[in-house]
Amino acid sequence: MRKLRDQLPKRAPLAASLLAAALCLPPIAPASAFVAFVSNEKGNTVSVIDTDSWTVTKTIKVGQRPRGIAYTRDGKFVMVAVGDDDTIQVIDAKKLEIVDTLPSGPDPELFAQDAAGKTLYVANENDNTVTVLDLEKRIRIGDVQVGVEPEGMMLSPDGKILICTSETTNMAHFIDTATRKIVANVLVDARPRYAEFKSDGSELWVSAEIGGTVSIIDPAKREVTGKIKFAIPGLRSEAIQPVGISLTKDGKTGFVALGPANRVAVVDGTTHEVKKYLLVGQRVWHMEFTPDEKYLLATNGVSNDVSVIDVAAQKVIKTIQVGELPWGITIAQP
Amino acid sequence: MTVTPVHAPPPARSGFTAGEYITCLTGIVWREALRFLHQRERFVSALVRPLVWLFIFAAGFRQVLGISIIPPYETYILYEVYIAPGLMAMIQLFNGMQSSLSMVYDREMGNMRTLLVSPLPRGYLLFCKLLAGTAVSVLQVYAFLAIAWFWDITPPPMGYLTVLPALILAGLMLGALGMLISSGIKQLENFAGVMNFVIFPMFFASSALYPLWHVEEGSPWLAFLCEANPFTHAVELIRFALYGKLNWVSLAVVGGCTAVFMIGAILAYDPSRGFVRRGPGGEA
Repeated sequence: MRKLRDQLPKRAPLAASLLAAALCLPPIAPASAFVAFVSNEKGNTVSVIDTDSWTVTKTIKVGQRPRGIAYTRDGKFVMVAVGDDDTIQVIDAKKLEIVDTLPSGPDPELFAQDAAGKTLYVANENDNTVTVLDLEKRIRIGDVQVGVEPEGMMLSPDGKILICTSETTNMAHFIDTATRKIVANVLVDARPRYAEFKSDGSELWVSAEIGGTVSIIDPAKREVTGKIKFAIPGLRSEAIQPVGISLTKDGKTGFVALGPANRVAVVDGTTHEVKKYLLVGQRVWHMEFTPDEKYLLATNGVSNDVSVIDVAAQKVIKTIQVGELPWGITIAQP
Repeated sequence: MTVTPVHAPPPARSGFTAGEYITCLTGIVWREALRFLHQRERFVSALVRPLVWLFIFAAGFRQVLGISIIPPYETYILYEVYIAPGLMAMIQLFNGMQSSLSMVYDREMGNMRTLLVSPLPRGYLLFCKLLAGTAVSVLQVYAFLAIAWFWDITPPPMGYLTVLPALILAGLMLGALGMLISSGIKQLENFAGVMNFVIFPMFFASSALYPLWHVEEGSPWLAFLCEANPFTHAVELIRFALYGKLNWVSLAVVGGCTAVFMIGAILAYDPSRGFVRRGPGGEA
């Protein structure tokens, strides 16, 4: 007994320090501390999410029907298209309040900005035009007539071509940014929602909500070279409605939000084969990577939350409650 | 006909050394391990049962979930992921009942008498037996988890460690319950009754297959029954522990039930009571 007692003090500190070390180990490695802004279409608000704690830190009241949302290139402001107010509001990313508005055509939905952050191209859903804005002078500098109900907007990595998808005409319009003229129209499946380039400009992916496919377009030849189809066991094919697309910078992996299928498809960027379906909330819409590409955040419109996907593990790790009908999302360093 | 002890117990000693306790423990655990190793079918069947549920039952019930986030999960999950902890508890439930069956068998074959003449305290012997059974069930659960991993049931790596204490406690509770029941079973054939009256009601009226809020929508009365079922708390304790969390209510219920069943079993196996019950009805 005495022996045991003699041994105790010697071993106890070791055991205690081991225990302390075990307790101090954080369950998850410290994250990156980015800030995500989520537009809530029905709640008329923008939710601000801290990507360290994965919590909503603030809810900002904005105009009617906020949808398209993006940081300015300098990271100082967040622009949000408020469709029913026919304008784009500018939120100060530090003060978290609206500081300005930008002119746009009626019912702006989505927009794209050039690499320098000087020109903004806005899809105006109701009058079939793309409005071109000068971001420095904050004035409208031109219009491009496109098909019916323009929505998806994406600039090619070299900035020479603007892609606009029109929901009802079922086309991806190729617009020359220098002349502001349509130079090609590529027919895709029914109701194209979104377009995304590979970062090297070698491929353009266009999602078709009703068609249930993603068309792979060769931007040089301007023709469809392949189609990604989706099938989830136990789900009707009508429930599979691809909308948002996010491609990793290396172009090896693509994520496609499948709307009411409540899944995000993980697609091999080279073979275009679907590798996996990740279960998220209801009616998953748009997605955005954190700048370090560790996480992908997806907005779930009907269940009013945002799902966080671990990109490397290809797993959904968390779902965060936000405002009513979350639609768009943008993420940057605060 | 009353059974007289084979040996007269040695004169009572005031205490035993730790070595003697450990010899006893290793002896009992080793016997259980040997029995487990020699009955490969038992191991396979213990694995096949939950896997059948996972592969076949869960496939048809995929739509049951996916519409709400249930703690401890932090996002939407597939049904397979939901029922995995329930199936882990099911393995332990069957194992607990099976070791109770082995107690009946031991009693019929006379092995138990060899065990019970040991001078060590009766409660300690039963506890060793319980621990041996639990160790076997924990092994079975980990084998199940290893297979389930390929079925996309991938809890956080730490979860495999944090679930261990929960598995031990749940295993002890279900084992003690089995032991308590076995004291009342006179014949091996009665085990079918245990299936009908214990295993099935306990398994189905629990949170193993469907979340309680789902049950409550259908029948508040049934939800209350599920809430009161200790097996529900064993499932929830395992479910939370698998995701590195602690469910205090379940811990209290499982801990309390373990103590109650254990004391009940010790009382039931008291030489002055337990064996006397073996009347002329029992055929050995």
